[in-house]
This record gives sequence, C-alpha cells and structure tokens, in this order.
Amino acid sequence: MAREPDWRIEPQGDRCLMVVLGDRIDAELNRQARAIAENLIRAALSGVLDVVPAFSTVAVHYRPEALERAQGETPWRAVERQIAAIVARSPVKPANKDRAIEVPVCYDAEFGPDCDEVAAQCGLTSQEVARLHASTEHFVYMLGFAPGQPYLGGLDSRLTVPRRTTPRVRVPQGSVAIARGMTAIYSLETPGGWNLIGRTPLRLFMPHSDPPCLLRAGDRVQFVPVSRARFARLLGGRQ
Amino acid sequence: MTIEVLRPGMLSTLQDRGRFGYQRYGVVVDGAMDELSHRVANLLVGNDPDEATLELTLQGPDLLFAQECVIALAGAAMEMKTQGAHIPMYRPAWIGAGTRVGFGTARVGCRAYLAVAGGFAAAPVLGSRSTYLPGAIGGHEGRALRRGDVLSIGANASERVATLGKAIASGRRGFTAARWFVASPVDLHAAAPIRVVRGRGWKIFGADGRRAFLASEFRISAQSDRMGYRLEGAESALAHRMDLVSEATSFGSVQVPPDGRPIVLMADRQTTGGYPKIAEVIGADLPRLAQRRPGEVIRFETIALDPAQALLLEQDAALRRLGESVRAGWNSGCE
Repeated sequence: MAREPDWRIEPQGDRCLMVVLGDRIDAELNRQARAIAENLIRAALSGVLDVVPAFSTVAVHYRPEALERAQGETPWRAVERQIAAIVARSPVKPANKDRAIEVPVCYDAEFGPDCDEVAAQCGLTSQEVARLHASTEHFVYMLGFAPGQPYLGGLDSRLTVPRRTTPRVRVPQGSVAIARGMTAIYSLETPGGWNLIGRTPLRLFMPHSDPPCLLRAGDRVQFVPVSRARFARLLGGRQ
Repeated sequence: MTIEVLRPGMLSTLQDRGRFGYQRYGVVVDGAMDELSHRVANLLVGNDPDEATLELTLQGPDLLFAQECVIALAGAAMEMKTQGAHIPMYRPAWIGAGTRVGFGTARVGCRAYLAVAGGFAAAPVLGSRSTYLPGAIGGHEGRALRRGDVLSIGANASERVATLGKAIASGRRGFTAARWFVASPVDLHAAAPIRVVRGRGWKIFGADGRRAFLASEFRISAQSDRMGYRLEGAESALAHRMDLVSEATSFGSVQVPPDGRPIVLMADRQTTGGYPKIAEVIGADLPRLAQRRPGEVIRFETIALDPAQALLLEQDAALRRLGESVRAGWNSGCE
C-alpha cells in the first residue's frame, strides 16, 4: 500500500532535513517513521550521513557538497526531491521484525530512589509501582539522548507522573526511569530528570558491536523483576 | 613511530570528521569542533580529510617526537616552539627524531588542530577515531591526553615522511618548516555576526522573542563545552513554556530551554532533544563559532537557506583549491 501524502519535509539548517509525520507521541506515527527510516537507509543516497527516526519525525543529515544534483539544481532542491521520492514509496509498516526482549530490573529502594514518591503521587504502594511497571508489555519508540538509550511506550496509565522538578546531576547507568507516560533506561551515567524506579544490570550501549546497542526501535520489552542477589550475579556475569 | 605526551595541555583529544551512521542508535557524532581547520591541517601534511588530528584547546601540550615526522598546525593562533625557536602555523614542518615541541596558549581563537603525516593510529570505534568523552570511546583510550601517553602514528607514515621530509629538510636536527604556507579559506577570527537560518521552532517564539534573538548580544557562558555553547542574554524575551516531542538535533541547532537561555549544540551534542530550535547556525559559520571562547560575545544574523548552502559549497571548493596549492608546494620543494 502506498503512503498517503500525510507528511511534509522541512529543512533543519543547511545540512539536515526533517520528514515530519506529526507532532505527537503515537504508536502508529512511530511505525510509519521507522518504515520511512528503513527505506531511506536502504537507499543509501550519496551525501547522506545519518538517518534518525524519532517519535514522529525522521531526520536526514547530509553534506550539501556530496549530493547528486541535476544541472543548476540547488542542494536543497536536490535533497528534498530525492528524499520525497523515497518517502512517497515507503510502506506504512517497517519490514524489520519486532523482537521480544526481556529486561531484568531490580526495583529495590536503593536502585529506585523515587519509587516512594511515584507511589505517593499515584496513590499506590511502591510494591504496586514495581508490579504495574513489570506487568505490561512495553515497546521502544526510539533511541536517543545518549548511545543506546531507549524511550519506551506501553506504561500502565496509573503510573503517569511528570518529570522531577529538579533534575539529578548524575543518574547511574542502567537506571530505569518513568515520566510523562513513558519509560527510559539510562545507558550511561548522565544528568537526568526522570523518576528512578529501578535498575537493570544489562549493558545498553555496546560500542564494539554493530549495531552498538541492546535495544532497537520497535523492540517489544518485558521488564522482569529480579532480586538484589540476582542483579549482582547478572552484573558480574556481563564483565 | 610514536609521540610521547610530556604535558597534556588543557584538553587535547583525537578527532576526525565525526562518527556517522549510528545516530539512529543514539550514538553521538563527536568530531572536530572546527572541521575546516581540521581539514586544512590534514591537507598540509598530505593526509586524507578523515584522518584524526589532535584538537588542542586553549592551552596546548608538550610533545616528544621519537622519530622524524611531518606536522602542521591550523586553527586558533597557538604558539608552537622547539628549543626556543618558533615553528610557524599553516605550513608543513619536518620535525627531527627526539625533538620536543611545546605548544603555548591560544592568542586568538579556542582550538588548534595538529596533523601528523600518516595520521594518528588510534583504532576506530564504530568507524571513527573521534574521542567521545562521556562514553569513554574512540580517540586515545576514549579520553583526553594525559602525561606519559604514547601516541602511535599510522603505518604508512615513514614512506610519507621520507617523501615529504626530503622536500623541506634532509636529516637535520630540530625542525625545518616549508617556505610556503597557506591561508585559512575563512577568516576564523572575524567579529562578524554568526549567520543562522530560521529554525523549525522559529514561529514558536513571538515577535518580541525573535527580535530579541537577532538584536541581542549573547555571552558564551563558562559552562560551554564540546557538547554545547550556553548563551546568556535576552532570556526574558526567549523564556517559554513549550515542551515538544523529542526529535533529532543538528550541529549548530540553537535550542531554547524554558528558561530562555539558548544552547548552540556543538560536536558532542546529544542526538535528539525536545526543546524548540529557534535557529540553526549555518555550516559555513560553525568553524568561526567553534573558535569563540567562553566569555566572548556573539550576535546572530539570519540568512536564507540557498545562500547558506552556496557558502558551504564555496568553502568546499576553496578547500579543494587549497589542496591543489599544497600539492604544488610539495612538488616545488622548499626552494
């Protein structure tokens, strides 16, 4: 099935363009973005450096001087024409099969220092927060912010909380955090403003593998509660 | 062939043109902040533009060259000396075995790029030799240089040095610089406004905010780094309450958090972000911005997309011409 013309292309500076499908977080828009990104990557256009799908957009980073251009054509016209042709014939669903992945999480207070606060905001106990978080199937919308860092949908609506008013300067690697109806897993120790409810012993960024990350956009994720002892064994086992 | 680090300088990291092809996995691009000067330094020693150079920030290192090398320095005006003698920038120099070269403080500009013929032999990670400091990958052991580090030079260096070195010197001690030199294709230190094209978030800001953005002087805050330049000025006019859906960012994106203090995203920027982008610094002016230091003041000026891209094509053509004159220089030797 061919795509309806429900997208637009806009420049983002002079070396990037954005295919815009919408401005909201939506599983269907996200599927379309991933399908378009797959096609753009496969096309491997001359001058294109990176294709970056997000929630409802696909960015294409390019080098204007390296594009193939018709006689007298500006770089912008050339890149817009070539990208529009590929987007127009992209399928609405990604060809890549979704993978199902289990992510062990220890929800102990030491790893989930915001569990109590989240529980209070949601009118739950911290045990219920952990149980609800692990009870639904989540899926990866996109990777971003840091290498291999996923943003996941599928959070139980009872766990909808805003970001913390004051972000932390350092969030430990592997922290599982929720905010705005989503889950994120911090792949590196970075600053962060989401509510920490647990930690996974898995390594999300693997610079010496290709692709260099555990999770990919489209993956279905089941969080599996583990004890501190099991967390420690798994952490030891990855070294 | 090796170079020993006797003193590391303020922040010296190996960088190439960046780690492309992995942004969809959240992998940060990195690469030279001033890609133009990086390319000029590589051209001067006959390297491919993708070879790594050493990005020297404000205060350069002291290096001991164990074997003879051909080197060149481009970018910020930084003194380069050996045994009290000044080695000029923007020209190749033959350095004898056992020579110690000291780099000073940048007089103008922020970052200088040191290229060695044959390139630095650091192992590429995900296709790039660029250092990613927060992720501790790439470059020399994923970090800035430290005292005692030993850097290796590419395997094909000796042949290159033999050919290039013969053109300017023959086995003498110390150093000999080529008599010819090149000029940077861009005046890196010109005080002219930094040109931007309107960002995708331009219209989010009201007329007052847009006017303030173009009329104000912004001070580059001390919290600025390779990830971003934090700007001070016009915050009340630019403050907002927008919270957008995350999407890709670019080198030069001027994003504005709710507090109204713009951040220009630079080489180590995060791949995605949710703040509105009021403007995008044009590619042709990023080298000039990368040479600005914390504490300095900048202004912005808008330009349309077509002329911005035309400037980038001109810059690329100028680099090609510079490459040709460098080859002509090498062929003419030092006489």
